[in-house]
Amino acid sequence: MTIEAPASAPVEPLLSALKVRKSYGGVEVLKGISLAVNPGQVMCLLGPSGSGKSTFLRCINHLERIDGGRISVNGELVGYAQRRDRIFEMNPREVARQRRGIGMVFQRFNLFPHMTALENITAAPIGVRRINKQKARDRGLELLDRVGLANLAQSYPAQLSGGQQQRVAIARALAMDPKLLLFDEPTSALDPELVGDVLDVMRTLASDGMTMVVVTHEIGFARGAADVVVFMDGGVVVESGPPEVVLDNPQSARTKAFLDSVM
Amino acid sequence: MAHATLATPVGAGPATQIDPDDIVAVPLRHPWRWFLAVFLLIGFVSLGISLWQNENINHPTITEFIFNPRILSGVVLTVVLTVVAMLVSTVLGVLLAVMRLSNNPVMNTLAWLYVWAFRGTPLLIQIVFWGYLGLLYAQISVGIPFTDFTIFSMETNTLIPALTAGLLALTLNQAAYSAEIVRSGMLSVDEGQYEAAYSVGMSPVFTLFKVVLPQAMRVIIPPMGNETISMLKNTSLLSVIAVLELYTVATQISSQNLRQVELLLVVSCWYLFLTSVLSIPQYYLERYYGRGKARTLPPTPFQRVRALLGRRPITVRRTESQDAS
Repeated sequence: MTIEAPASAPVEPLLSALKVRKSYGGVEVLKGISLAVNPGQVMCLLGPSGSGKSTFLRCINHLERIDGGRISVNGELVGYAQRRDRIFEMNPREVARQRRGIGMVFQRFNLFPHMTALENITAAPIGVRRINKQKARDRGLELLDRVGLANLAQSYPAQLSGGQQQRVAIARALAMDPKLLLFDEPTSALDPELVGDVLDVMRTLASDGMTMVVVTHEIGFARGAADVVVFMDGGVVVESGPPEVVLDNPQSARTKAFLDSVM
Repeated sequence: MAHATLATPVGAGPATQIDPDDIVAVPLRHPWRWFLAVFLLIGFVSLGISLWQNENINHPTITEFIFNPRILSGVVLTVVLTVVAMLVSTVLGVLLAVMRLSNNPVMNTLAWLYVWAFRGTPLLIQIVFWGYLGLLYAQISVGIPFTDFTIFSMETNTLIPALTAGLLALTLNQAAYSAEIVRSGMLSVDEGQYEAAYSVGMSPVFTLFKVVLPQAMRVIIPPMGNETISMLKNTSLLSVIAVLELYTVATQISSQNLRQVELLLVVSCWYLFLTSVLSIPQYYLERYYGRGKARTLPPTPFQRVRALLGRRPITVRRTESQDAS
């Protein structure tokens, strides 16, 4: 998990958020979030429920529209286009194109129940990217193998366990070759004994150099795999830094209290 | 111990030797079920006999007309009307449902108005309206409004004969109902499915056709089966504008031979037969769109029959996990 960048050139962050604000019906849930993730980095977002971490994650691929600030991925504004000094809202097709570069894994898996595991993975590459069917199939099987489910390609989601479904969901996100992967509490809906398989897949992805933003309650995962740990509370970033600092030597009393309660 | 209903082999020793795994109990009796069944059976049989022996029914007329060529042509037209009206109205219904659920306020209002108007007036009146459209507009022209420029112009009664008017009435009316059914089906699809589809870069239209509608179908098909059966019977309303479907033909015949009841029985037999036949495709459609929902699909009627005959086991494995390589 070292960031390979020549010392001379400063690394351009893959994801940068600047003073991001978001309200729901007058209640501000994000109160100016500024964060940056470099290519190949893994960032874990921790915090109590209601702290805005999932909302922030959903803003990154424009599932939620932000009310203020800027989010850009790969140097491109998310959901908006800037021409000269004016900002234009993107149309749905442009947003869809932009989302292809940003994969997302959901807490409740959200697999397509009417498709087999393999069809779940190949639906977007075939339908959206217009990749040759056989090629997409081969790639799909390769991805299923990578998440350890090569023998369940023809199973429907209802026939899979939660852990297997979540690994299919990860393979589905990977099939679009995203530059950035977002995980929204990927293990929160799983039985405890199934959590390990999913975390193993995520660790492998992290060590393969995938850029990831992970909202999680798995402190162990954050300690082992994250380059940056961010603690959020009440819609603001309370503290951020390397895991050994934020997790083992937190500066804020709020962080300390939270870590004490979950560990 | 002496009155234990858990039977033990006689002479096997004291009752303490009862195997707790086996319950050999006397089944609960249901005398009232038998009583009710016999009561109803007697009632139906006597009703049947009284109908059969009723001298006001001329049975040869029924057998004479059940396969009469005119009746058969009426049956064909009824089926054609039902199929065409259902197909076109379903497409229209999907379109209206999508419009109704879209963010576009113009589309939204338009769809609402459509459903409001076509669901809010009786079908019979709509049929008569389309049948008499020629009274309202003698000519139908297409051109640019407020100018004299016309692309084409035609007599209304030539452009829309009775059959077309009837088909139009049935289709447009059904579309309003179908729209609401499709809409409820789409609303039944979890919000997470849209998010998952969007997150892999699918556009809203692609998401609709590949993710949302296939899942909505499971909810849509049973009420649509209902609607198809209603449609089949509603075609008889077209007799008011003299479309030669089953019921119109039957009334024409009975007005000549004055055998009204007999012909109504002939017509009823055909409607019953057709509605029974229609439930078969519905069963298979439900099965198809139910895939992925149940872990194993129930066997088809044919598979059940085969299983009864002992040729193959009843368990149907839909998914054999295939080897990945």
